[in-house]
Parts: sequence; C-alpha cells; structure tokens
Amino acid sequence: MSIFIDNDTRLVVQGITGRDGSFHTKQMMEYGTKVVAGVTPGKGGQKFEGQVPIFNTVGEAVKEGGANTSVIYVPPAFAADAMFEAADAGIDFIVCITEGVPVLDMTRVRPYVLEKGARLLGPNCPGLLSAGKSKVGIIPGHITQPGPVGLVSKSGTLTYEVVYKLKGAGIGTTTCVGIGGDPINGTSFIDCIAAFEADPETTAIVMLGEIGGTDEQEAARYIKENVTKPVVGFIAGQTAPPGRRMGHAGAIISGSAGTAEEKIQAFRDNGIGVAKRPVDVVGLIQEVL
Amino acid sequence: MRDPALFFITRTGTVPVNIHEYQAKELLAAQGIPVPMGEVATTPEQAEEIARRLGGAVVIKAQVHAGGRGKAGGVKLANTPEEAREKAEAILKLTIKELPVQKVLVAPAEDIASEAYVGIILDRASKTAVFMVSAEGGVDIEEVAHTNPEAIIKLPVDPRYGLLPHQAYELATKLYTDVKQQRAAAKILQQLYTAFIEAGASLAEINPLITTPSGEVKAIDAKFNIDDNELFRLPAIEALRDESSEAPAEVQAREAGLTFIKLDGNVGCCVNGAGLAMATMDLVKYYGGDPANFLDIGGSSNPEKVVNALRIITSDPAVKVILFNIFGGITRTDDVANGIVTATGQLDMQIPIVIRLTGTNEEIAVKILSEAGFTALTDMDEAVQKAVALANGEAQ
Repeated sequence: MSIFIDNDTRLVVQGITGRDGSFHTKQMMEYGTKVVAGVTPGKGGQKFEGQVPIFNTVGEAVKEGGANTSVIYVPPAFAADAMFEAADAGIDFIVCITEGVPVLDMTRVRPYVLEKGARLLGPNCPGLLSAGKSKVGIIPGHITQPGPVGLVSKSGTLTYEVVYKLKGAGIGTTTCVGIGGDPINGTSFIDCIAAFEADPETTAIVMLGEIGGTDEQEAARYIKENVTKPVVGFIAGQTAPPGRRMGHAGAIISGSAGTAEEKIQAFRDNGIGVAKRPVDVVGLIQEVL
Repeated sequence: MRDPALFFITRTGTVPVNIHEYQAKELLAAQGIPVPMGEVATTPEQAEEIARRLGGAVVIKAQVHAGGRGKAGGVKLANTPEEAREKAEAILKLTIKELPVQKVLVAPAEDIASEAYVGIILDRASKTAVFMVSAEGGVDIEEVAHTNPEAIIKLPVDPRYGLLPHQAYELATKLYTDVKQQRAAAKILQQLYTAFIEAGASLAEINPLITTPSGEVKAIDAKFNIDDNELFRLPAIEALRDESSEAPAEVQAREAGLTFIKLDGNVGCCVNGAGLAMATMDLVKYYGGDPANFLDIGGSSNPEKVVNALRIITSDPAVKVILFNIFGGITRTDDVANGIVTATGQLDMQIPIVIRLTGTNEEIAVKILSEAGFTALTDMDEAVQKAVALANGEAQ
C-alpha cells in the first residue's frame, strides 16, 4: 500500500501547457502516473503529447476525464483560484507545487478546501511519490524504489538526498511526501504520520523537519501518544545563529523560538530517533527495520 | 533583511520585507489611526529644522532594520532644536547590528499615561491571522509573554469576515476601562486589520499604543513585516523597500533570483533548495568548518544564476573555498556545470571550488566539468569534508 496516491490515482494537471507543467507531466507519465486530463483555459479540445485531453476547466476534466486528483503548476497570481476551482470541481486530493503563493491567500483557500471535503498538499512543495505506483509533483522518480519506509518532509532536495541514501543502502519507500515549508498549507506532518501509521506496508517512518514554528514539536507529541511504528527524525538548520526571533509577535504567539535544539529535544523526549547528519537516517532506519 | 535567524525562522521559501518605522506609521495614518508622525531627517541640520517646526520636545529615532534600537543608543529625547541637532548627529554616526544609520525620524515627544500592545500576525499554528493585545505594552512585551502569558489576549480572525466590530470592542475592553478609550481602541484595531491586509503583511504591530494624560489613544511606534509573495500585486508597498539600508550582496542576490544570507565563516556555500542548504551548512559545522553564507539557487537554475551566485560569494574576502552541493531534481546539473565553467572564465577566481552534484543529467555535468579541469564528487559528506579541510588550510 501507500498513502494519498496509488494505482487508482487519476490525475488532472492544472497548467499542463506551461513550461514546468509540461516538463513534469511527461516525467509523471514516464513514471506510470495515470494522467487523465490537463487544464489550460482557452486550449480546451487540444491534446497534450497527442494523448492527454486538455480542457478549459477542472469541472470538465472531472466530468469527462474522470480525474480524482489534481496537481497545480500555475503562476503564484493564479494559484489560489486554481485551488478553489479544484475544490469546487469535486477533486479529492489537490497538490499545489507553485512557490510564492501569498500567505493571506492561503488563509482563505485552506478553510474553503477543507469544507469541500478535499485534502490539500502544499503549496510550495515538491509533491509526493508512491514508489512503483504513481508520482504527483516534481520528485525525481529514479531516486527511490518500493520498500517499507514512509517519509514526510518540509524540504524538497533534502528529501531527495535522504531517500537516495536509503536507496543506496537497499532500502525503499512506500510513499515520500513533501509538505512544503510555507506558514499556512494544507497537509501537516501529523496528517502524514497518521496515514503512515494506518498503512500496513509502512513499517518505519522518517520525518525531516527544519527550524521555525512548532510543527515538529507537535508532531513529536502526537507520535508518542498515537504511533506504534518507529520514527526517525532530522532537523535542518542546527547551525542557524541562535537567540533572535521574529519580532515580538512571533515569539509571543508560539511561545517558542522554533530552534533546532528545541525540536531535537522534543524528538528525544518523545522516543524519536534523531539523525545528526542526513546520512545517519540510514543507520537509524536499519536499526529499526 | 539583515538578521539570518529572522530569515530562517520565518522561512516561507522567501524573505520578509522590512519597512521603516516612519513608513509603517504612514500605513497606519492612511487608515485614520491617530499617529504623531514627525518627519525624516538625513542630516543633523534637518533634524534641528524639523524640531523647531514641531515645537516642544522631540524624540530622535534611528531608522534601521534592526531591533534593539533603544539599547544601541538609537533613540534619544531632545528638549530643544539645538539638542535635537546634537542627538541626531550622534545617532547618524551609529552602526546598529552592522547597519549604518542613514535616516532618523524626528517625532513629537508625547506625554504617556499608559502603554498597551496591539499586534496581528499570520500564525502557523492557528493557520490564520491572530490578534494579540495586552494592557502591559512597551518594550518589555516579550518579558510579559514569558512571565505573565495570561496578560496577553489572543483572537484568531476568520479572513472571510475580517475583525468583526464586536470582536474589536471586546479586545478593546481588555485594554481600557474608560468607555471613550475603549471605543477609540476598537476603531484602531479595525483600522490596523485593514492596514495589515492592504499591505500584504505577515506582521503588523503597534507598540506602544499609548494614552495621554488628557485621555487620547495614539500609536507611537509601529512595525510591519511584508510577505514578499504579495509584492507582485502591491507596487506601492514594493516601492517602500529601502535598498540603501540592506546589505548590497543581498540586494544583488534578490535581483538575480537567489536567496542569500551572509554569515561569518569562510566556506562559501552554493546549494539548491533551502532545506538542503541548511543541512549543508550544518554539515560544514559538523566537520569543523564555518559557513560563510546561506545561498539557495532555487529550482530551475540556468547557468547565469550560477555565475551571479559565484560573483556574490567571491565578493566576500573571508571566503577561502566554495562548496557546491546540487541535488538535481528540476535543477539540471549540466546547467550548474555550465555556470561554473562560465563563471570561472569570467571571474578572476583565486580560491578553490569543491563540487558535489548528483541527479538530473549528472553524466553530462561530469563531462563538462572534467573537460574544464574540475573534479566532481557525488557524495555530500565527502565534498563537505574536503571543503572544510581546504578552508582550514589542511592538505588534501
């Protein structure tokens, strides 16, 4: 098994004819993702690469193409509306790759999408990959293979680094999820960890965090109370200069400076193995598998 | 953006835009919030002239993108125009957290009966904008948050409806007992919310919000952070950016589409992706080195970006070695290789380069580099160790 996407994923690409959209659509198709439709307003009726039908709206892509999942590669100015549109069209799972979406837009998009009953991943994220089944987003297909590890991360290239090192040690993954580092986004560490806990094929979990905010600390507490599978963590930004904070309000609101030490301590306190370097994730995972 | 930790902690893939206090006050005044404005001076003579025009005592305040101005001697009271000139002269000679003071705000000194704090911030945990108010305002608000957190009242705002009048009033009742002051504060809170939204801010605070002995409620200091993802649709806010008060290398980097933060070490780092860039810096430290910078060349790199990155890194005389760490996903490693070859041809580079790249088009990249006389490593730890050894003057 895997989480969020699998062989039943039927994908519509919003912004399929753009530079990034077309490049990554080809990559996803090569990997085996079922790309059933594309959307570019004004280009309805055309075909992408001679095979994927292009529609003007996501509504048509759902009705005529049978899409249940959407991936968004449109520019930041249009990303919020693309997410609203996907939710309105009845898409179950919306993945927004676009970087640079205004945070105020996300304060409106997030509750809207949730009320429609959809799941949102991102924005500003690399997407996700269920090894050997489907990939949605921009994670390179060759860097991992099917296996027992579920991985969730705030970062793109750091994820690649770690799964590639795991692969080098012969360890594969069920699903790798990049949730992105934006302040307001759709899917959290906890959402992914809960899904990995429920997934019978995932036997160990890797969590890659970074400094700022309190998401990692909350996830650590959640893990202690709810997760039976072993979890290994890494925090990037251990050498960021300490002691300063994001204005008064940032420190007041969270009651936390979001430092690496604080997060690593939260991992330790809650039974999560802590990797000192990215490569140390491999050894820690080997111990628990 | 001067404070590296500030960047890391607020990371959204982008860097928040700071604006000066006098600009923040203009945003408040534009919504009708009572703010004693004052005027900006760049010379002691101007400060004297402004003080004379304002009449009475004035406060001279350094306009720099750094906290702790008061403690650094950047805020002074002056009772006469002559004194304003002297104080301004002293402040204009200051450098606060490496930032030379180029402007001072000369504002009328207010008689203060009480100081409150009001702020609004986009909060990761609540996933929305949250108001915070406290009757115990002034410089020690963080201390209040620490020692007496109940004294700070928080209210999440539904962005679809904004701050509702009864919510604003209820917050105001936590600040004042006087009915007139409660009404004035409720109005100010709603105006602050509008200013926050219209500026595309991630943070807007008034600290302190004062009452005068005659009972007026006024904002006498303000801070805004702008979400730079908003700037494409807010040209008037973009125009507030004061590049003369930012580090030249950071301005140069932003114009080249790079995220760059200068640090104090000697290992120049050039990495794709913020998470991997931070992990690379951590690894430099782990192996006994010290990173000279944080630099993210971003996703879709072209050779030109790499040339700009190298130019910026090498402009720091402290840098002893340059470390590339590239994991090609969207980034094509051959683009990076071409950039390195082009840049080393254009720039007179005296320092060694250690290159680690793996991923998309790796074979082409290795070929390009070896033809130009470079060796490319594929392992991150190996590359970092080599760079640190070179920076520390150890033989390799």
